[in-house]
Amino acid sequence: MTIQMFFQHLANGLSLGSLYALIAIGYTMVYGILRLINFAHGEIFMMGAYTAFYLITLFMMPWFAAFIVALGITCVLGMSVEKIAYRPLRDHPRISVMISAIGASFFIQNLAIVVFGGRPKTFTVPDLFNRIVTIAGVKIVSITFMIPIITFVVLAILLFIVNKTKTGMAMRAVSTDHETARLMAIDVDRIISITFAIGSTLAAVGGIMWGMKYPQLLPVMGLVPGLKCFIAAVVGGIGNIKGAVLGGFLLGLMEIMIIAFLPALSGYRDAFAFILLIFILLVRPSGLLGTATGEKV
Amino acid sequence: MKKKHRIYTVVAVVIGIGVLALLETYLGAFPKRIFVLAGIYVTLALSLNLINGFTGLFTLGHAGFMAVGAYTCALLTMPPELKAMNFFLKPIVPFLANVEWPFLPALLMAGLVAGFIGFLIAAPVLRLRDDYLAIATLGFGEIIRIVFTNTQTLTNGALGLKGLPRFTTVWWSWGVAALTVLFMVNLINSSYGKAFKAIREDEVAAEAMGISLFRHKVVSFTIGSVLAGIGGALMGHLLGAIDPLMFRFLMTFNILLIVVLGGIGSITGSVVGAVLVTITMEFLRVLDGTIDLGFITIAGKPGMRMVIFSAGLMAVVIFYQKGLMGHNEFTWAGLSRVTRKLRAKLK
Amino acid sequence: MSVLTTDKLTMVFGGLTAVDDLNITIEKNEIIGLIGPNGAGKTTAFNMITGVYKPTGGTITFDREDITNERPDRITVRGIARTFQNIRLFKQLSVWDNVIIAHHLRLRSNLFAAVARTPSYRREEKEISDRSMELLKDVGLEELSGEQASSLPYGKQRRLEIARALATSPRLLLLDEPAAGMNPQESRDLMKFIHEIREKFDLTILMIEHHMQVVMGICERIYVLDYGKTIAHGVPEEIQNDPKVIEAYLGVD
Repeated sequence: MTIQMFFQHLANGLSLGSLYALIAIGYTMVYGILRLINFAHGEIFMMGAYTAFYLITLFMMPWFAAFIVALGITCVLGMSVEKIAYRPLRDHPRISVMISAIGASFFIQNLAIVVFGGRPKTFTVPDLFNRIVTIAGVKIVSITFMIPIITFVVLAILLFIVNKTKTGMAMRAVSTDHETARLMAIDVDRIISITFAIGSTLAAVGGIMWGMKYPQLLPVMGLVPGLKCFIAAVVGGIGNIKGAVLGGFLLGLMEIMIIAFLPALSGYRDAFAFILLIFILLVRPSGLLGTATGEKV
Repeated sequence: MKKKHRIYTVVAVVIGIGVLALLETYLGAFPKRIFVLAGIYVTLALSLNLINGFTGLFTLGHAGFMAVGAYTCALLTMPPELKAMNFFLKPIVPFLANVEWPFLPALLMAGLVAGFIGFLIAAPVLRLRDDYLAIATLGFGEIIRIVFTNTQTLTNGALGLKGLPRFTTVWWSWGVAALTVLFMVNLINSSYGKAFKAIREDEVAAEAMGISLFRHKVVSFTIGSVLAGIGGALMGHLLGAIDPLMFRFLMTFNILLIVVLGGIGSITGSVVGAVLVTITMEFLRVLDGTIDLGFITIAGKPGMRMVIFSAGLMAVVIFYQKGLMGHNEFTWAGLSRVTRKLRAKLK
Repeated sequence: MSVLTTDKLTMVFGGLTAVDDLNITIEKNEIIGLIGPNGAGKTTAFNMITGVYKPTGGTITFDREDITNERPDRITVRGIARTFQNIRLFKQLSVWDNVIIAHHLRLRSNLFAAVARTPSYRREEKEISDRSMELLKDVGLEELSGEQASSLPYGKQRRLEIARALATSPRLLLLDEPAAGMNPQESRDLMKFIHEIREKFDLTILMIEHHMQVVMGICERIYVLDYGKTIAHGVPEEIQNDPKVIEAYLGVD
């Protein structure tokens, strides 16, 4: 492999890793606050991409406006899923909530098939993101390096919100203990909604950028990345935002680099995430950056 | 069981066999296929219910064990010429090339191999907590599927296997279903079945009562995998063709749907649920295609079926958690109570 | 010959020493009390003896065998049974099933025999059924055997927990606050009951209890814990008059 090819793969790996990181954050935040695997999160990601697509092609919006509006719509969609599928089951056993989550995921997926049709749609990528740029002798599409940059900006904003604002502090409180947070006059329902809103917006950003990097949209496009990103969150330490980012990058780089060096394994690409998951759950279940908790007997 | 109840059961079984014979002879090809499929789903639903419903282990990898069973049975029963035809891209592994077994031993082998894989997976995975267990088993299910897609010489990869001998008849499907029901009833009512339920109710207390959590979970999971493998094999030999895409997470979801709708932790629920859901799925298939009523044609939308079923699943879980039967089972005593109440109301 | 001995038994959780250097000895058929203010480490001690926690230091010996790192189910098989402070019945199962299940550990038939309902399995099933009925009669719950465990009033739930523990055929019974929530009459009945089951089942009993009437009434010896340390040990009269015990419970003026 030439040095140029290596850098190309590295760039792709970082790109994919960023996308995974953005989606993984949504999973980890929701799990941290509700101990729930939001199976429908992958579908939120998918809807982000489709919403932007239709706003541009059907409603003829300029891409900048379309992206912003798509973020808003997807954000509301994510919050609605919480209200409809999870909130009524707050006091029910965890298995019920998980089943509802899986049901919601399949519901949105199939609704997308019904409404959008099962055939792939080609995302119209704005020129800004479609230019071929040459860096150090390596030809890359501009979107590839813009994804990590945008991701870092978004992450910086997120970490600011979580660590430096009252809302963020409330979110961390609710993550630790609902009852105590309520006693501190925190509106737990509102905080949960905000968590879903943030997670969904991040997923939408991820979805739009995904649509630009891999321009074929399918209603089922959220399923596999969704699973992988939950795995990334677990690997990094579920409930931990930095862990989700770490997990996302780890997974993205791993996927690209393993195939790059061992092309014969390309058929097993999707299995890497699952193998990594099993490994982590057996060796260090709390994840790379996570902390273990016990149960009182 | 009281003497008269025993007589009722024998009579019911005889009637059941009679009904099967009638259906086998007089049912048209299409309804018969649905009926056979329903029987297969009874076995599959019970196999998942054992693990998830009775032992309380939320696993999502069932489709993987079905795949193992289906492929094992297919590879054992396909005549050598058929294998050669299928494996045109790369020849099949030598030790399977000339094997041709009858259906029954192949079916049993399917169960054993699936159970063995289940046993291997069980050991590392059953120590995990609920949601991690769910994802880990989902992961294993997917890994199995991805491996099958890539092992060209063993499974024919993404091409799948076509032309499977259509062994699965009404007798096979419902015979296995009946045996599975009998097995489950005896198991759940036995000391072991109660131990499984104890683990579901409260693991810490179960352990304090001397029940080895790990051993019992592994046993439950392995038995469930054996039955899933047999179900998968029956399905393969009904449809006549199998490929890795058949055994995606969607397949596990369909079985989970049946178990939840029928009632998690109810054998009767799984039987009733399997029949109802299979029939309704077929009935709703019309929604996926164009409906030609003669005077108007309603264009169908693919995916509509699953939209309705997913919504139904969520509705059941949110509003009527217990499903159709809840934790209850059909008993002759229960039936007489219900009929007495009905008669009192109608007076 | 002592039934249970702990030697320098210690449990440290991160920065907190929940149990520090616990040394208790229990002789056969004794009824021993373990008391102390809330958070003193009593249930932690129970959890170590029953294998729920792995001690960070020290050893536990039961009938001359070291059980320090054994799994909870193995310890129950050896003959130590317990009840829980917060009642951990199998809530959605019937009263009857709760007691039946506790016999499972002694089952000799394997799973295939059970499913096939062989004659030897059916015999065992009948034995278990008879024993369970006996136990329910002993605790006065035989009329309620079909009821769901969670539907029982609190006091009856406690009795069911004891019946369940007895069903495992223990030699040593650990009771965690058996008299919690009981009025004086119920406490007197409980004391009588504990004496009866000690007689009938040849038991040795270790109990955590806050009800001083019960503790002083039936415990032959008492260990007092405070902040994980053993501050006193002796017969009821000695404990009642021990200034350190009084201070631990009531504080210093």
